[in-house]
Amino acid sequence: MSALADSQSAEKPSLRAVEVMAQTDTVGWMTGVRTMWRVTKMAGETPWQVVFALVSTLFAASLQIIIPRLLGHAVDQTQTALTGGAEAAQAALWTTAILVLAVSTLRGIFATLQNYFSESVGHYTGYRLRMQFYDKIQHLSFGFHDSIHSGDLITLGLLDLEGARMFFSTGLVRFVLLAILIGVGGYWLISIDLWLGLLALSFVPYVGWESSVSQLKLRGTWLVLQERLDILSRVMEENLAGIRVVRAFSAQDHERAKFHRASISALDLAYERVDIRVKSTATMTLSFFIAMGLVLLVGGMKVQAGTITVGTLAAFLTFMTILQMPVRQLGMLVNSVARTSTCGARLFALLDLEPAVRDRPGAPALNVTEGTLRFEEVSFSYPSAPLQDVLQGITFTAKKGETIGLIGPQGSGKTTIAQLIPRFYDVTGGRITLDGQDLRDVTLTSLRQNVAVVSQDVFMFTTTMENNIAYGNPWAPEEKIEQASDAAQLHGYIDGLPERYRTVVGERGASLSGGQRQRMSIARSLILTPAVLVFDDSTAAIDARTEARIFDAIRAQSADRVTVLVAHRLNTLMHADRILVLDMGRIVEQGTHAELLALNGKYRELYDLQHRSYGVTA
Amino acid sequence: MSSAGETETERNDIREDGRRPPRAVVGSHRIKEEMFGRAFDARIMSRIWGFVRPYRRQFLISVVAVLIFTLTQLAIPLVIRSAIDDGLLAADGRSALIRATILFAVIILINFAASYVQERVVGRVAENVLFDIREAMFSHLQSVSQSFMDKTEVGRLMSRLQGDVNSMQEFLETSVISVGDLVLLFGIVLCMLWLNWELGLLTLSILPVLFIVRLIWLPKARVVFIEAHEANSVTSGALAEAIHGVRTVQGMTRQTVNLQLYDDKATTNLNAQLRSAMYAQVLVPIVDGLTGLAMAMVVVVGGQMVLNQTLDVGVMVAFLFFIQRFFDPIRSLTMQYSVMQRAMASGQRLTEVLDVPVSVTDPAGAMALAPDAPGSVEFRNVSFRYEPTQPVLRNVSFQVAPGETVALVGPTGSGKSSVMSLIHRFYDVQDGAVLVGGVDVRQVTQESLGQQIAMVLQEPFLFTGTVMENIRYNKAAATDAEVMDAARAVGAHDRIMRLPQGYDTKLTERGANLSMGQRQLLSFARALVADAKVLVLDEATSSIDSYTEQQIQKALVTLLRGRTGLVIAHRLATIRNADRIMVLQAGQLIEQGTHDELLAAEGRYAQLYKASHASFDDVD
Repeated sequence: MSALADSQSAEKPSLRAVEVMAQTDTVGWMTGVRTMWRVTKMAGETPWQVVFALVSTLFAASLQIIIPRLLGHAVDQTQTALTGGAEAAQAALWTTAILVLAVSTLRGIFATLQNYFSESVGHYTGYRLRMQFYDKIQHLSFGFHDSIHSGDLITLGLLDLEGARMFFSTGLVRFVLLAILIGVGGYWLISIDLWLGLLALSFVPYVGWESSVSQLKLRGTWLVLQERLDILSRVMEENLAGIRVVRAFSAQDHERAKFHRASISALDLAYERVDIRVKSTATMTLSFFIAMGLVLLVGGMKVQAGTITVGTLAAFLTFMTILQMPVRQLGMLVNSVARTSTCGARLFALLDLEPAVRDRPGAPALNVTEGTLRFEEVSFSYPSAPLQDVLQGITFTAKKGETIGLIGPQGSGKTTIAQLIPRFYDVTGGRITLDGQDLRDVTLTSLRQNVAVVSQDVFMFTTTMENNIAYGNPWAPEEKIEQASDAAQLHGYIDGLPERYRTVVGERGASLSGGQRQRMSIARSLILTPAVLVFDDSTAAIDARTEARIFDAIRAQSADRVTVLVAHRLNTLMHADRILVLDMGRIVEQGTHAELLALNGKYRELYDLQHRSYGVTA
Repeated sequence: MSSAGETETERNDIREDGRRPPRAVVGSHRIKEEMFGRAFDARIMSRIWGFVRPYRRQFLISVVAVLIFTLTQLAIPLVIRSAIDDGLLAADGRSALIRATILFAVIILINFAASYVQERVVGRVAENVLFDIREAMFSHLQSVSQSFMDKTEVGRLMSRLQGDVNSMQEFLETSVISVGDLVLLFGIVLCMLWLNWELGLLTLSILPVLFIVRLIWLPKARVVFIEAHEANSVTSGALAEAIHGVRTVQGMTRQTVNLQLYDDKATTNLNAQLRSAMYAQVLVPIVDGLTGLAMAMVVVVGGQMVLNQTLDVGVMVAFLFFIQRFFDPIRSLTMQYSVMQRAMASGQRLTEVLDVPVSVTDPAGAMALAPDAPGSVEFRNVSFRYEPTQPVLRNVSFQVAPGETVALVGPTGSGKSSVMSLIHRFYDVQDGAVLVGGVDVRQVTQESLGQQIAMVLQEPFLFTGTVMENIRYNKAAATDAEVMDAARAVGAHDRIMRLPQGYDTKLTERGANLSMGQRQLLSFARALVADAKVLVLDEATSSIDSYTEQQIQKALVTLLRGRTGLVIAHRLATIRNADRIMVLQAGQLIEQGTHDELLAAEGRYAQLYKASHASFDDVD
């Protein structure tokens, strides 16, 4: 069990955190309201834009209601010629025409302002959320990042953030617009003629209901479809990344079948979406036209009876056409609310997290004097598996200039020790000190400037070689970068590249082998002048001769610091001043290479094993 | 290649005591891809048509439905007109009004049916075509040349399979609708001219203005939209980098610098988005103003005509209705233009993938490699190169007898991996021949060849799925018991049983929830289940603790038992266990023999041996 449990808790994402995130998809009512309130408050940080957006909405909607009335008047004016005289009617028509032109243009201007300002409120909110998210991600501790899949974090920072930021423009403003149109417009219709007004508005409840229900249904199927499409893209991505395995096993048909299954299951849902959408748009349009037909019939009879004018009837019909679009958008509004509450809830849950490893209030900077690193009865368990002790009672002292070697089987806790020194995690018992200062009592920044870890997995940034090497100190002068890369035995390679240190790494740039990546990581930490330098099994892919050259090069500087060396290969740490042999989270043996061999214990056993497979020559 | 110079000037405001700006960027510079192509490309259209063809009946139905739908749209204002003129203003109007209402009811029912049929059929056909294109591409990629796959990044292919395919869907869905839009536009024009040609011409005079305005606007707006799109993906890229590299960022305390750099990107993005929002909105007042103008003209001129009794008032109302519908097709048609261009650009990229040649094919009438063929491997004067100017293997000849284990050693780039790939015919040789079971690999079906050869690659690539599914992989015939036997044989069974759900434990991405050693053992078990006569194995170089190492060595012996083995070996133990060692250098076979023989010969092998005990690979 131990090997798996260790690998799972240490570096690998556990599925649990992801599941927890996924469950927030159905948010409680109160959380939804709180989330929307919070997004709205964020919109309030650009108050002028909000005011402009709302005022423009008010004007745009009001002007839009006026247009049908004007057109109705125009129709009536043509009918009054017989009574009022042609001259007067013509003048009235001119007035109406100018009003129509002016009102339409003004409505257009206000609609533009409404859309622009509400969009910009959304973009400003998005900007602020993005900055907060980025900042938070950078500071959340390793324990958090271990527990969550990076893909889920990216989804959170892109899609969920998008869903939350749009609330103002797609939710609030649209709601105001609809309220004015239906409220004021409806009042106007009903005040002219109660029954005809009610008939004209009769499609509103059905369309509002149907579009809301279908949008919610579409959202539900969208979430499922998204999951299936994720599976489909995983099938594709794995197939392409593992195409050699596929071909090695002649498994092309197997893979095609796998793809087909995933594809069909997504297609089924895509069909379902089409059906939901089609059914709702078709019935909504039908209900609108039925209302229109009834207005035409009943209104027509009223015109015949002389209760209303032809112009009024025309105004009713025109207003219905105008109202049709926003009422259909009611569904989008409902969707926006649903989306904001789930997306926002997830996003804010993350933004509200406090990093488990953080500065104590008023913590001073680390002050390195002697450069002595001390572990005192340190015990540790990973946040994801609190019951399982990974380290127990680890005590050792390393003085400036010393090299400490750590060795032991997988899951013995070597890497954990390496990660505790820069305080990537906090110890659960005992303490670690540097010159007597508990690591938890000094600022993280000052600590990590003094502790450099060369880790197993090297992350390369898609930028130039020099930017990658100088990652920890972007102000480092060129000479220093070359020195570091020279010591890491990387200079020769970089010097041979067409653009030397300005060659971009990665996509379309130089690709580095595993050994070169490790050397890059070593160069990165040599740029810093740390008091403690930790090599976490970071020379495994480098051949023995190059490794020896690297250690020769850095030995010159190692008098000024503590070096901690984690390795599987005895060759690597044979020359350490002291070697700690770990097993099941405890130090079981310690001493120099010679002392440990003489002890005839675990170390000796390891030595014999490796001698057989590698031919270690001591 | 992004220049460092450009990125340095990006932030010349952070300086520490007036020194030069930091060597720092966040996010990578994306490789730009053409977002828009020509609006119409006959060659690409015919390729797309090839995918629509199987659904041509549905396609035809939907076009007919769109036409009917459009006609009903046109008819509605006409019915209203007749209701007003014949029903309301005529002497005996009641029956005319009822007739008009009945006609209206019939028309809206037809409208309902036509819109239902059209949208449903179009929607389904678009989805089908989309999935078909994706499946065709995926299927094609299974058989394209391995060199293409080596050269092409997975991310780029994925964006073909997803982004480009999706933009085709948008195109398909809107293309039928735009047929309707065109018909609607012409229909409105005809109806207006038919109702009253003078008033019609007058109203239509604003059309050219609108077209010109949109034509001026479109290219400018597009630049702004593309900028916004780019700025957004750059910002997203920077975020993704921060997430993936968070451990390095924290270890090197780069948070403050990075946040400032990110702020630059996010601000640029904000401004680009605001600009694009402005451009998206700028046409609204113009369109509204023009609509107002058209309506004003109808009010004044039409009203005058009604006063003069040369126009029925119903016609005037119908005009007002038509004007309001007038702009929708124009708006969606100009949008459709961009969609077309995007679709052509995507279509171009899709056809590029579909046209990647399949270089390794079964010859006509290829025979299956007999299941009882001997498990021998032979290279006969093989020369091979990926690029015309760079020979990888030069005149390599060797034979491996059935049951023999041969270790291949040599520095990186010596051609070991190519030897391995050629046995399975991932590529075809330029000269000479590769023989398996005494038959040239080019003469038998790839399928049957694959059944004779099992491969273990250096990276133990595992798929998402259960442990059981991974070990069985494509050998569907293998029973659970056989899978477990294989796992037992390589010493993985006990470890698997200790997993939370044993063999049913789901593996996460690439088997991330297993240790490297466990992943290797699983990949051994997978090869064992495949049960082939020839085993080709590229030993992993990654660091594994000595105990697991031991287990892997034991498993290797089990795996090779009774099989012909070709092993690219890095570990001394593996090399020593081999019956024969072949040393490759610069594409040539320079030495072969047993470990002791080669040491005694004091050649390249002896040199390599002394230089490195860990890996024979990374020796310069």
